[in-house]
Amino acid sequence: MRAKRIKGIKFGLLSSKEIRKMSASRIITPDTYGEDGFPIERGLVNQHIGVIDPGLRCKTCGGRMGECPGHFGHIDLEAPVIHVGYAKLIHRILTATCRKCSRVVLGEEDRKRFLEEIKRQKERQADVGEVVKQVFREAAKSSVCMYCSEPQNLIKYDKPTTYIEIDEGGKERRLMPTDVRERLERIPDEDVFLFGMDPENARPEWMVLTVLPVPPVTARPSITLESGQRSEDDLTHKLVDIIRINQRFMENRDAGAPQLIIEDLWELLQYHVNTYFDNEIPGVPPARHRSGRPLKTISQRLKGKEGRFRGSLSGKRVNFSARTVISPDPDIEIDEVGVPEEVAKELTITVNVTERNLDVMRETLKRGKKHPGVNYVRRVDGRKIKVTESNYEALAEELDIGWRVERHIQDGDIVLFNRQPSLHRLSIMAHYVRVMPGRTFRLNPAVCPPYNADYDGDEMNLHVLQTEEARAEAKILMEVQRNIISPRFGRPIIGGIHDYITGVFLLTRGEKRFEKEKVLDILYKIDIEDLGEYGGTFESPVRSEVSGMGFEEVRLSRYWTGKQIFSMILPKQLNLQFRGKMCARCIERGEGCKKENCSREAYIVIKEGNLLCGVIDERAIGSFKGIIIDKIFRQYREEVAKVFINNVSRLAINYIKQTGFSFGISDEDLPREGKELIREEAVHEAEKKVDELIRAYEGGELETLPGRTLEETLELLIMQELAHARDDSGIIAERYLSIENPGVLMAKSGARGSMLNLTQMAACVGQQSVRGERIKRGYQGRTLPHFKPDDRSADAHGFVRSSFKDGLSPTEYFFHAIGGREALVDTAVRTSQSGYFQRRLINALQDLEVKYDGTVRETKGIVVQFKYGDDSVDPSKGEYGKVVDIDEVIREAIGVESRS
Amino acid sequence: MKKGKFSILEHELVPKHEILEEREAAALLDKYKLQKEQLPKIKKSDPVIKEIKAEVGDVVRITRRSRTAGKSLSYRLVIE
Ligand SMILES: [Mg+2]
Ligand SMILES: [Zn+2]
Ligand SMILES: [Zn+2]
Ligand SMILES: [Zn+2]
Repeated sequence: MRAKRIKGIKFGLLSSKEIRKMSASRIITPDTYGEDGFPIERGLVNQHIGVIDPGLRCKTCGGRMGECPGHFGHIDLEAPVIHVGYAKLIHRILTATCRKCSRVVLGEEDRKRFLEEIKRQKERQADVGEVVKQVFREAAKSSVCMYCSEPQNLIKYDKPTTYIEIDEGGKERRLMPTDVRERLERIPDEDVFLFGMDPENARPEWMVLTVLPVPPVTARPSITLESGQRSEDDLTHKLVDIIRINQRFMENRDAGAPQLIIEDLWELLQYHVNTYFDNEIPGVPPARHRSGRPLKTISQRLKGKEGRFRGSLSGKRVNFSARTVISPDPDIEIDEVGVPEEVAKELTITVNVTERNLDVMRETLKRGKKHPGVNYVRRVDGRKIKVTESNYEALAEELDIGWRVERHIQDGDIVLFNRQPSLHRLSIMAHYVRVMPGRTFRLNPAVCPPYNADYDGDEMNLHVLQTEEARAEAKILMEVQRNIISPRFGRPIIGGIHDYITGVFLLTRGEKRFEKEKVLDILYKIDIEDLGEYGGTFESPVRSEVSGMGFEEVRLSRYWTGKQIFSMILPKQLNLQFRGKMCARCIERGEGCKKENCSREAYIVIKEGNLLCGVIDERAIGSFKGIIIDKIFRQYREEVAKVFINNVSRLAINYIKQTGFSFGISDEDLPREGKELIREEAVHEAEKKVDELIRAYEGGELETLPGRTLEETLELLIMQELAHARDDSGIIAERYLSIENPGVLMAKSGARGSMLNLTQMAACVGQQSVRGERIKRGYQGRTLPHFKPDDRSADAHGFVRSSFKDGLSPTEYFFHAIGGREALVDTAVRTSQSGYFQRRLINALQDLEVKYDGTVRETKGIVVQFKYGDDSVDPSKGEYGKVVDIDEVIREAIGVESRS
Repeated sequence: MKKGKFSILEHELVPKHEILEEREAAALLDKYKLQKEQLPKIKKSDPVIKEIKAEVGDVVRITRRSRTAGKSLSYRLVIE
């Protein structure tokens, strides 16, 4: 068949004439295959409307199976039926038109006004829906036709496809499809425009079917079961029903059967045509298969997530892709992905054999299907040969220039890696393959944040690029290291998480000293040229070898500090000063920053690539913050930044692995005196104050806050007081939990968790709330039968004074479950809502483009913004919202240390 | 203007709207290589357009304060 080019798409209704014109065969028998096993002439699977049997030829176009695209047939309906999809519109048109002359019952003036308005909207390519709605509303108002003076009756619409006319006397008369069609036929062309329809493409009467198009068999192929039995498509089953009823209708009518029987059959025909179009009409029993399964008819094929649009057109399944669970590997680079060998042997890249790669490809082919091997070869003549255990050696001999080889992916191949939901562009990035044993994809944990991935069973997809253009484009635009800076907020989104931060924090805190062997143990996975200046020497006892007498001798050995070890992975010229996460907001509190002398080591100074003071924490190397990563990226670009993050991974993990780090239930313990203090000073104190507030309220002494009722005031004050109770217990608990406590260490360094989490575990869980208020629902006047009615005290309304470690009382436990449920429901609702919103936003914005003149335009060239973002700055390329950070440039030029 | 009412143009949240002269409008279209229809639109019934008495086919320049750039300019074509 000749390839054709689509010039345009016209939307409209098919007229009976058109249906007949495009039909290749009038279908009259419900049978499909004859006893000889061949399709029956004029049957539902006849050879004029397409072939699905190998060996047969199409009687319309002469094509074989696969060549013939199929052709429509038609069924002549013995009685017209309503098209369900338009039933509602038909009702509105019937209501808007005269029952006798079929003109739209609108005054000449209104008519003109509406017609003009519609014409104008169409010229502007705007929606005519609103005007049309008005037309129907206005036309339904008149009770008498202004053209033929016929009084108008009310028309009742009975779902799905019945219309009943009610006259002034209240007498009901059913409008049969023939009546409906007659009325619609009489509507003059000029009036059709008023419904927003174009009579050229969609006459109203075409919504009442007299001929039914029969889709080509290629659209409803039958399948042959293992038993050799044929099983027809659901659509074919439905068409069989329609033809049967159609025939019975004709026979009964010709035999002069009573009106009642005719009408019943007519109704049945309508039912079958309805369910043929849509088998999920509300109020209509769905047509079922013999097995009881509802049939999947036209509408069901198109609708919904798995339908033709969302399932087959917008969401196609693709070749050259793989999906499996992800797991962490801090030893691979951030731009790598560990691929299981099993997967690597299934995914291929097509290589054109040239004189330059002939030898390499031959070597590859000689390995057959063993890992970096070949699955298929295509010879110069275009024949594709599967590589097997028995033919690979011969093929390797025969291999020549011009062949195409489908080789396995191997280390260094570029692939796309993706995790759903793909909410931003960083959800798909380019990684380099690293084939590994095991069955999971391996991913460096530093790259989890952009994917929003964790390792609790998350799966990810991998796509192998098939052309040089795609590979080049992926390399330039999508490599992980080129996306370290987020286009959303202009700061690194890739960086240390969890143990990376803990590890580096432990290493750089204080002045830890390591002798050479230890230093090498920590650094052995990192590519460093020399250890540099050592920090000093310390005395260490050494058993004397010479004497052999076992007396000890003291020797001086060199040491390096943790800060020096960290400095080894910093670029040599890096200068940077900033305050880390440990800073207690000294400046805001008016104390002034002590800088280098900060007792918390919160002031970080890096000079010429040496960490002079300060402890490295989340603010320095973490994702989303990562000041050091940010600085390195901007100063040295992506490759150096990548190497730095790789080295941080290895350094941190190697160090924490050697020192050990754990958090257990006993780390939530507080000494007895601490617990006492919390109970007395924080909880009791607050409960006392709450009781005072309640007494003041009951005594009428409580002063209302502006804009609140007395009750609201009381609630507000109680909430405040109880919030205090938790904060105070947290502060007391903190006194007993030093930074040596692993929980505190993780919270303070930003590795995981917060001080609030620790407070709740060790000291006091605090007030539970529903919609920001204390818990008040339950029984009349009380939350639980454990309390007296109208008890306003703290524990009767969800204050949990226990800590998680101590355990909650039954009532506390219940209140906590209430609060927890709200949080759960909220997140569930929020994600679905924001997901839908995101879909719509992306749909609306996907075609916008920044043009070379700096404007943002849509497809028709209509300007959306005259200057992208008002300032033409890409946040991931500029410096904190500016094109350049001019102060920084000057500081650099005159040699002053950067940003403090 | 009726007594007791104030001009919306003086409200701090209403950005400055100015009608471009023929020459300016032509220069704008030339600068961005635009057809008039490719400009963003504003309805004649828009309160500000009524206030400055712009006609259908006029191009207005809107000067806004911008968080990213300090000041930003945009242009709109007045439509029916
Ligand atoms: Mg997960
Ligand atoms: Zn054909
Ligand atoms: Zn009439
Ligand atoms: Zn500080």
